[in-house]
Amino acid sequence: MSTRSFGAPIRRNEDARLLSGQALFVDDVELPGMLHAAFLRSNVAHARIRTIDVSAARARAGVVAVYTAADLGAYWAPGPLLVPPPPIKGAVFNQRTQVPLAKDKIRHVGEPLAVVLAQSRYLAEDALADIAVDIEPLPAVVDLEAALINPSATVHDDVRDNVAAHVWQGRGNYAAARAKAARVIARRFHYDHGASSPIETRGIVANWDARADQMTIWDTTQAPVFLRNGLAAMLGLGERQVRVIAPFVGGGFGPKIMLFYPEEVVIPWAAKTLNRPVKWIEDRLEHFFATTHERGQTHDAEIALAADGSILGIKDVFLHDTGAYNPYGLTVPINSQCTLLGPYVVPNYDSTFTAVFTNKTTVTPYRGAGRQHGVFVIERLLDIAAHELNIDRAEIRRLNLIPPDAFPYNNEIIYQDFAPLSYDSGNYEPILDKALEMIGYRQFLAEEQPRLRAQGRHVGIGLACYVEGTGIGPYEGAKVQVQANGKVNVATGIGTQGQGHFTVFAQIVADQLGVDVIDVDIVTGDTDQFYWGAGTFASRGAVVAGNAVNEAAKAVRQKILKLAAEHFECAEQDLEIKNGEVSVVGVPGQAVKLGALALKANPMRGAVKPGSEPGLESTQYFGPSGGATASGVHAMIVEVDPQTFTLEVRKYVVVHDCGTVINPLILAGQIHGGVAQGIGNAFYEQLVFDEAGQLLNASLADYLLPTALEVPHMEIAHTVTASPLNPLGIKGAGEAGAIPVGPLFAQAIEDALGLLEKKVELNEIPLSPNRLFELTAKLR
Amino acid sequence: MPTDTHDVAVTVNGTLYRRQVEGRLLLSDFLRHDLLLAGTHVGCEHGVCGACTVLFDGAPVRSCLMFAAQADGHEIMTVEGLAADRNHLHPLQQAMRDCHGLQCGYCTPGILMTMKAYLDETTAPDEAQIREALSGNLCRCTGYQHIVEAMLLAAKRMNGSAA
Repeated sequence: MSTRSFGAPIRRNEDARLLSGQALFVDDVELPGMLHAAFLRSNVAHARIRTIDVSAARARAGVVAVYTAADLGAYWAPGPLLVPPPPIKGAVFNQRTQVPLAKDKIRHVGEPLAVVLAQSRYLAEDALADIAVDIEPLPAVVDLEAALINPSATVHDDVRDNVAAHVWQGRGNYAAARAKAARVIARRFHYDHGASSPIETRGIVANWDARADQMTIWDTTQAPVFLRNGLAAMLGLGERQVRVIAPFVGGGFGPKIMLFYPEEVVIPWAAKTLNRPVKWIEDRLEHFFATTHERGQTHDAEIALAADGSILGIKDVFLHDTGAYNPYGLTVPINSQCTLLGPYVVPNYDSTFTAVFTNKTTVTPYRGAGRQHGVFVIERLLDIAAHELNIDRAEIRRLNLIPPDAFPYNNEIIYQDFAPLSYDSGNYEPILDKALEMIGYRQFLAEEQPRLRAQGRHVGIGLACYVEGTGIGPYEGAKVQVQANGKVNVATGIGTQGQGHFTVFAQIVADQLGVDVIDVDIVTGDTDQFYWGAGTFASRGAVVAGNAVNEAAKAVRQKILKLAAEHFECAEQDLEIKNGEVSVVGVPGQAVKLGALALKANPMRGAVKPGSEPGLESTQYFGPSGGATASGVHAMIVEVDPQTFTLEVRKYVVVHDCGTVINPLILAGQIHGGVAQGIGNAFYEQLVFDEAGQLLNASLADYLLPTALEVPHMEIAHTVTASPLNPLGIKGAGEAGAIPVGPLFAQAIEDALGLLEKKVELNEIPLSPNRLFELTAKLR
Repeated sequence: MPTDTHDVAVTVNGTLYRRQVEGRLLLSDFLRHDLLLAGTHVGCEHGVCGACTVLFDGAPVRSCLMFAAQADGHEIMTVEGLAADRNHLHPLQQAMRDCHGLQCGYCTPGILMTMKAYLDETTAPDEAQIREALSGNLCRCTGYQHIVEAMLLAAKRMNGSAA
């Protein structure tokens, strides 16, 4: 390879398999004698269980077994705490984690009560109707404020106030800052996220091989290594006896990193108990209840400003809905608390949150992972401040941006990775300028908007800034090996759900080892191929695993050069690696193929020298000292129909800085997909619960994912501020597209309808045509 | 236990299959688990997401909304029938790769089959028409933009007017 593939828009290695229907997904695994599982799930949100009678189900033809919590015996236990609370002084955290099958109490609709194993899924579902459940219904805890102040019930009997956590963080002295302020603006904001809704639901296949004493599990997980370690411990097996494979996974977006889901605990146990392979595939209805959500927060926030619009301080008190259990610790609300600070200088900050148990599906991170909620609050506060102080919306943001010479910039509070919230690098003003230029901000406000308004059109513009902490630790690893056929094999412990790992990691290796990208084979998500790792989450795959791949490839490059120098009896600096072979510079014909060198490195006779290893192979690890902070600005022009409140997005631009770019084509795809999910969150998707804790719109006909008609064409541009925290200078990009879309919609719609002038503010997400109609009722 | 069974003879991707099926067996399950043509994916089982789209006598249908028994005597084409093998992609598949029109790839087979039927009929669509044609298929990864670009490119190539 004479040209670098790093940085080029290389087409993906994985696509041919996916496009031709030959890629393995979990539900494609077919094993002889396989049983199929169906779970009986609670249809009420809160109840005590009196009895569960499965005798009729067990007697049904085709049914092999039916289990309840009682049958699990000592195996039954609440799941582990995945992420303990960060070391924040005074933090209260009441750990209550999910259980494999509900034993005494039901805490949300969809919680599994029993499992049927049968010869087909059809028969297993038939048998669910045979199970008789006797319960004592309890009032459901649904509303966050009511849950704390006047609880109708307690989700966990021993947590009397439904408080899952209570945390304060801050810096400076907000009260003193407020006393000096020219203006203080206080508002209540509500931000509701939703269901990640990957097109592939969750699924698991477990196969216990009694003769080999081996358990193999195919699982739609984002974290195969953690899953293996946990299941091995639960099943009383060694880690080497359990192989977890996360094959092609049809979208993750966060909830597939949650573990251990009840089904993940029950299915391998059933396979081992029955000595038969067992498959369970979640259906879409189950997905709405049984896969974690990311839902709502209510913020009472205020901002203290100087007369010129400078931020003196922010105070925020918020409630966070954690659902029935909190296995993911404080990650989501901590992200909200931290990301609220955005790209701005906020000298004084006083933030308190209370996480509340409710009788709803558990909340864990979903693309953005609480960052949206915080960004919504700060961006809305700045919009309202700009209006009240009569400052331009772009200029109040510019005024408060962290200057480029202030990095690394320490916000003095603790982030989700337990490290201080410190921004490694950034240069924010050029991003803002570029976005304003691309959207045509000045020209729109000065000319186009007045012209269209004169025609009776309702057009508005919005812009929103954000930062995103990405690429957190602890570490990832990679093994790079040159094979005898000249191809390079790379194994890493992370799983893949569409991010293009088969290509971006290959690009990194191709440059180091002088091979074509297509000659680098990547294995992800198979614990027998790579033992160690954490997982794909927090926009960290490319950053952390990518750098591990780079380190391993560099080490293999050294081995190649050393061996080739011996082969040619020349100095290493006289060699070049290119087109899959090593050649002596300036000596035509003196070349050896990488595959031949790999064979030479693993000889059949002779002795491998002491202190050396056979093969052209290296395993290396990378752990960043802290997260790399990406940043960006989104801007949008929207037209609103004042009768129906339907929207047309006329222009959408994203300017983004995620450090060094490995593959701009794949990066653009990540941004597009994030924005689409952001648009769904902002205007189409809402999980609607009634007072009994019933989800009223649990179908894709009622929970509206955006289609090709709702997602507009996007224009994307990049600035590059390399991260100093990793050798490749990368920052993560997976979540950025989704984060600032809510405040952008609120602002642009307000502008289109002239709402702030009429004293109507859009301080909640999601919006929708119906909701806009309600919020503007007083104007009619 | 099965109360009714039906003999079906169905041609899938040019191969005739004869099977006995239960009346309630979904066509999607039949293709995936009986015929082991797992390229057809199931996303919602209520006809909204479009991932399970196959061509039924040439017309796109949602295989999760049909019974296998209804396919008796008919011809079906699935994603496996688009190209001979993964080294010889159909122009639609090739354009999807060239434009990065897929990420996780789970919705992709349904999109390919929907758009094959559409582009067979509409040779020179514009972006708005492509988006309308795509709007019955949900994709959660791509934001659709690269899929739209891929379809415009595929239409051009299939029409022989450009590349």
